[in-house]
Amino acid sequence: MSQAKLLVEGVSRVFPAARGGKPTRALEPVDLQVGANDFITILGPSGCGKSTLLRIVAGLDRPSSGRVLLDGRPVAGPGPDRGVVFQSYTLFPWLTVAENIEFGLREKGMPAAERRGIVEAYLDKVGLRGFEGHYPRQLSGGMQQRTAIARALANDPEILLLDEPFGALDNQTRALMQELLLGIWEREAKTVLFVTHDIEEAIFMASRVVVMTARPGRIKADVRVDLPHPRHYTIKTSPEFSALKAQLTEEIRAEAVLAAAEH
Amino acid sequence: MPMLRPLEPVGRGPRLVLGVSFFVLFVAVWAFATLGGYVSRTFLADPLTMVQDGWLLLTRFGFLGDIGVTVWRVLGGFVLAAVVAVPLGILMGAYKPVEAFLEPFVSFARYLPASAFVPLLILWAGIGETQKLLVIFIGSVFQIVLMVAVAVGQTRRDLVEAAYTLGATDRGVVRRVLIPANAPEIAEILRLVLGWAWTYVIVAEFIGSSSGIGHMIIESQALLATGQIIFGIIVIGLIGLVSDFAFKALNRALFRWRLA
Ligand SMILES: Nc1ncnc2c1ncn2[C@@H]1O[C@H](COP(=O)(O)OP(=O)(O)OP(=O)(O)O)[C@@H](O)[C@H]1O
Ligand SMILES: [Mg+2]
Repeated sequence: MSQAKLLVEGVSRVFPAARGGKPTRALEPVDLQVGANDFITILGPSGCGKSTLLRIVAGLDRPSSGRVLLDGRPVAGPGPDRGVVFQSYTLFPWLTVAENIEFGLREKGMPAAERRGIVEAYLDKVGLRGFEGHYPRQLSGGMQQRTAIARALANDPEILLLDEPFGALDNQTRALMQELLLGIWEREAKTVLFVTHDIEEAIFMASRVVVMTARPGRIKADVRVDLPHPRHYTIKTSPEFSALKAQLTEEIRAEAVLAAAEH
Repeated sequence: MPMLRPLEPVGRGPRLVLGVSFFVLFVAVWAFATLGGYVSRTFLADPLTMVQDGWLLLTRFGFLGDIGVTVWRVLGGFVLAAVVAVPLGILMGAYKPVEAFLEPFVSFARYLPASAFVPLLILWAGIGETQKLLVIFIGSVFQIVLMVAVAVGQTRRDLVEAAYTLGATDRGVVRRVLIPANAPEIAEILRLVLGWAWTYVIVAEFIGSSSGIGHMIIESQALLATGQIIFGIIVIGLIGLVSDFAFKALNRALFRWRLA
């Protein structure tokens, strides 16, 4: 077992009441260990607190209780050691693709020549060679998210956090993006925490799938995925894959029913 | 004639024709009213007289000099105001305690009519150029501060968060997110306020001035030279139009990413 890269200890989140309402318990105390080089997908119905958990790990939100440790150090705020890719498109619209990718490197004060090398490498890795001078407006959604992944990875973070990054893409594009991200992970041994509500997506990329309950979110199941690497999209039709899918569908269905009943 | 559809765009050609035709219509009605004898010449000159008066002003009375002086005053006061107000607005938008400290006062101050300061400023600064610049400064500075602060305060939060997760410092967020994200908006605000600055300068030139377009207009009133007055007003309009076009073109060139 690899040592814990990221440790989530008893993290909960209660949002204060809006006028006249009750406080929202978005997250029950959650414990989670992420080993170095793990690819963890967090699977849960809408509104179960997946984004909340990820934002707390990113340091963009504060837990109501508990704490988050990265390499043994408590997380106090956002920082370049935790790269984030958001569901909404958050490229800087006034910067070109290449300038977006080098944003973090410039903040670090890295010299221009060195920056250029890294930007070039990531342009190739995410297949955006030829688009480095384009502005985000001129890109499709898939290209924007690839740029966002490159921007996060260029910083060489300890862990990559992704919040339904492919949620707004069509199925074909989404499948390609999954392969692309998985390929990068297989080659570069990154640690990844990936939030999704898509079961196939969760299984295909993960070394572990963490299933959350309906709101207030808790961890309900933690399933190892021992499919071999490198994974090819054809694996999605293998019996092992189908068995996992059936198992997770059962787990998540109960929660979806609960979540739907509440709304 | 195709049906008029809401929000249906209009082509370049028709747009130009439509835009020019209103000017033509306007001058036609004016000419009809004055040349047709429906309005007394004493009160409203006809277009031909206006053009003749204008020509005289330019060739014999050195009106170009007046125009230059007025343009200089507007730009001087406006640039001073922008240099003070834009950084202050950015600070207010970015840092909430600064906003809490200044916003109430600035909101109050922006309703103080700049023209009403003219008599007071004459007492303080005499009738020289300083006083003219101050009128425009007072008229513009609070408006710019407030509008810039609002724009900066409304910066997309997810972009700010993205910058922090990429390792940006607090200053980095201001410098590399808040400012570039709002630069086009700030340029738009400056364009708008520059338009207003023209009103202030004319009022400032009505009182205690010996040069400028406003001075010419008030002198012409004493002579009942309505042709000259109208020519002066039209010149202001034309300069406004040209500077507006120039500003828009500059913004388009500077902020290509917005249109890309
Ligand atoms: N800033 C906030 N203030 C109040 N309540 C919030 C806030 N953010 C989230 N919530 C509530 O917390 C709960 C969990 O939200 P969260 O965004 O984490 O869900 P999610 O699992 O990411 O859902 P989805 O799959 O739809 O993105 C929701 O009920 C939401 O209404
Ligand atoms: Mg979410």
